[in-house]
Amino acid sequence: MSEAATPLGRFWADFKDSPVAVVALVVVVAIVVLAIGAPWISPQNPYDLGGLSLLDARRPPGHIGTGGYVHWLGTDAQGRDLLSAILYGLLISVQIGFMAGCVALAVGASLGVIAAYAGGLIETLIMRIVDLQLSFPAILLALVLVALLGQGKAQLVTALVAAQYAYFARTAYGAATTERRKDYIEAATATPLSRTRVIFRHLLPNCMPPLIVVATVQIANSISLEATLSFLGLGLPVTEPSLGMLISNGFVYMMSGRYWISVYPGIALIVLIVAINLVGDQIRDQLNPRLRR
Amino acid sequence: MSGYIIQRCLQAVVVMFAMSVIVFVGVYAIGNPMDVLIPLDAPQDVRALIIARFGLDLPLWKQYLVFLGNVAQGDFGRSFVYAIPVLDLIVSRLPATLELTLAAVIGAAAIGVPLGIWAGYRPDALSSKTIMGVSILGFSVPTFWVGLILILTFAVWLGWLPAGGRGPVDVVLGVEWSIFSLEGLSHLLLPAVNLALFKLAMMIRLARAGTREVMLTDTIKFARAAGLSEGTIVRHHVLKLIAVPIVTVFGLELGSTLAFAVVTETIFSWPGVGKLIIDSITSLDRPVMVAYLILVALLFVTINLLIDLAYAVLDPRVARSRAA
Amino acid sequence: MSALLLEVRDLRTHFFTRAGVVKAVDGVSFTMERGQVLGLVGESGSGKSVTGFSLLGLVDPPGRIVGGSIRLDGEELVGMPLDELRRLRGRRIAMVFQDPMMTLNPVLTVGAQMTLAIRAHEKVTGVAARERAASVLTRVGIPDAAARLDAYPHEFSGGMRQRVAIAIAMTHSPGLIVADEPTTALDVSIQAQILHEMRELSRESGTALVWISHDLATVSSVAERIMVMYAGRLVEEGPTATVLRDPRHPYTRGLLDSLPATARPGQELRQVPGNTPSLLALPPGCPFAPRCVRASERCVEDPEHRVDAVRAFRCHHPLERAA
Repeated sequence: MSEAATPLGRFWADFKDSPVAVVALVVVVAIVVLAIGAPWISPQNPYDLGGLSLLDARRPPGHIGTGGYVHWLGTDAQGRDLLSAILYGLLISVQIGFMAGCVALAVGASLGVIAAYAGGLIETLIMRIVDLQLSFPAILLALVLVALLGQGKAQLVTALVAAQYAYFARTAYGAATTERRKDYIEAATATPLSRTRVIFRHLLPNCMPPLIVVATVQIANSISLEATLSFLGLGLPVTEPSLGMLISNGFVYMMSGRYWISVYPGIALIVLIVAINLVGDQIRDQLNPRLRR
Repeated sequence: MSGYIIQRCLQAVVVMFAMSVIVFVGVYAIGNPMDVLIPLDAPQDVRALIIARFGLDLPLWKQYLVFLGNVAQGDFGRSFVYAIPVLDLIVSRLPATLELTLAAVIGAAAIGVPLGIWAGYRPDALSSKTIMGVSILGFSVPTFWVGLILILTFAVWLGWLPAGGRGPVDVVLGVEWSIFSLEGLSHLLLPAVNLALFKLAMMIRLARAGTREVMLTDTIKFARAAGLSEGTIVRHHVLKLIAVPIVTVFGLELGSTLAFAVVTETIFSWPGVGKLIIDSITSLDRPVMVAYLILVALLFVTINLLIDLAYAVLDPRVARSRAA
Repeated sequence: MSALLLEVRDLRTHFFTRAGVVKAVDGVSFTMERGQVLGLVGESGSGKSVTGFSLLGLVDPPGRIVGGSIRLDGEELVGMPLDELRRLRGRRIAMVFQDPMMTLNPVLTVGAQMTLAIRAHEKVTGVAARERAASVLTRVGIPDAAARLDAYPHEFSGGMRQRVAIAIAMTHSPGLIVADEPTTALDVSIQAQILHEMRELSRESGTALVWISHDLATVSSVAERIMVMYAGRLVEEGPTATVLRDPRHPYTRGLLDSLPATARPGQELRQVPGNTPSLLALPPGCPFAPRCVRASERCVEDPEHRVDAVRAFRCHHPLERAA
């Protein structure tokens, strides 16, 4: 059977047509691999405060530190090797982004589909709340929640999910209301299948394409939001320096020309976000029937 | 039409009540203000006195009613930190934020809409692809990072513009402004650009998508068949047709930009409401948080209301179908 | 001025799609005299609308006129600079579309849209343009026209909307109006009215009409001459009465047989068998051959244009002329 015969194969064949998207996908995969491999490939464990020496603090890129190896991207104010800190920071960003994205997808999509399927009061209630929340900027909501819940990974993910589930709910609801009217759902409803089964086995899978697009965008958004919150000092505790915090720490030294402490983590962050968004853009164009030729 | 307006206004009031409950319960249910208010070594009777004075011994719903009653008289309580009425505090910070936000959103629309129309009008031109590439960057790059780069480039390296603060202000019509002096403008420019970039990207995308769709319609073909010049078609037909979604987003963005100003204000030490809320979050200044959130909610509800009403004016078909 | 208004020679408009080249119009030739009403009939996808758009140079990418000539009053339109073409549109050649709901701008008043059309070619003041707009609207039969200028298209009925569109096309009294299914989207009762009025207007002002329709019955009631199009080519062309009474091309015969008006009550309507072929994969020779009862091996060769006393057709096995 040829590759293009399955829907996924066709999708991949179309995807390959855009060199930009393919490069972006390669970058995303590379970053994820690097981030997961951080404990093995980075020259230093940035969490191990005992391994840091203040003699190495704020050294420019290329400096050979007391550890006897080259700090390719320089060191920060605590004498951390920036390359190591960035790799570990990427790991945190990727973890939080994916976790927040997936949980928000699960929560939001379920709510949206349930609202579309149930109708009546449940529909009105869920969708009014969702719409209300959508008119409210996500960053503000995340900010307040993080402030209330306190610092930590779980708290941060909770805040991000609460801030973003509404996008999934809206999308799922939109897709599900159109799907619902189609015959196969009617047919499934007529069989003695339970409602839950109809919703989750029949309705939800058919609402997936637009949800996947929203998911890629929201993962990038989560990463960006996490970095922003950490930059504002509200995200993760100091013991887990994420990219946002590295940038924030370097901010003070920027004025005195020690740009690298902020700039390199920032570049890593942007490359990750832009790459995810480019992949998302391509997927959206491919799934948009109006742009198909 | 008037029936439609009344219906929308009533809806807005209900939403505001719901929001006030959520905010009040949300903020008051978590975190203990007594730790902030009362010194740890205070004697037990002083503790009780303070708790009673702030009404913290009442059940939550009673606290809410007291709060609501006070709000009705324009009293949002006093800031724990600044010890002045919260409303005065926020109002004193508001002009700075409003000026920054307006400058950013108007700038973004004034530049973004023409660029977006061009990109939608000639989607295959190199210039259009460049515009779209820049807009993807504008979407992806976090605001705080752009702010840092702006400071690094224009304040640290080039030394052209100040790195932060609002600088001197002029009082015009009883409000403080930066835009009326060169010095003030130089302080406003970087934060405004920082805040505008995301909106610019959004305006470009919106105008482009709208234009692309409109250009394919028979309306445009018919206008061309009547011999209208391309310039006239874009100015009169396209602009008017894409106006509805753009005005919507413009309004919505005005609100979310106010919220986003939090980040920009922090980076540029801009003395606005955004910086105030960040400070109040870190110092657990509950009255400020509650008042700020309720005011923001009020702002959003009002904006949504105005947008719906503007829709009705811009697109004469809306009011009819919705009122029916 | 000679009587000849329009001369189209071997017009070819092709669409360059991903899947291949679609020859939507492939070698169409015809002429029109001043004030003449010409009907252009064919199934959807036959290229009749593209022919109409080609006359105004309004073919959207990926389509493009790749060859042939269109002469309006002796002036060549194919290859004319866009700016000159624009000055021609609306003034000397105009167009009316199928659905006025789609063509009129929903967020501009009728007066504003008419003013734009007037000012596209004449430097007049806003007040003068409004007066002109009102008088043209009155001419196409819109009552109380001056007051209706400030109304939006959705405040008009379907028939009135199409009258507005016609008014915009008539504004500068062009020599030729291309009407692409102008009555198809309307109620049947309104159709007849509009049909009648357009013919009257064209007669009064000496404007020639190309009336494009899939509906042979409509066209035959308005057009003096009829052209039948199939798969991008003209298959038969001649005076309306002759073509209707006595078609030579089997496809025209098929179209006529499928008309309810020609059938006796209770008799089953006959359809042209098969479907319109994909323009991407046309058979060699006569494109109608696969659906044609009279087809033979000869039909793999392109039939020549043949002419009898009054009309032209393109078929190896034409139907016999009725006595």
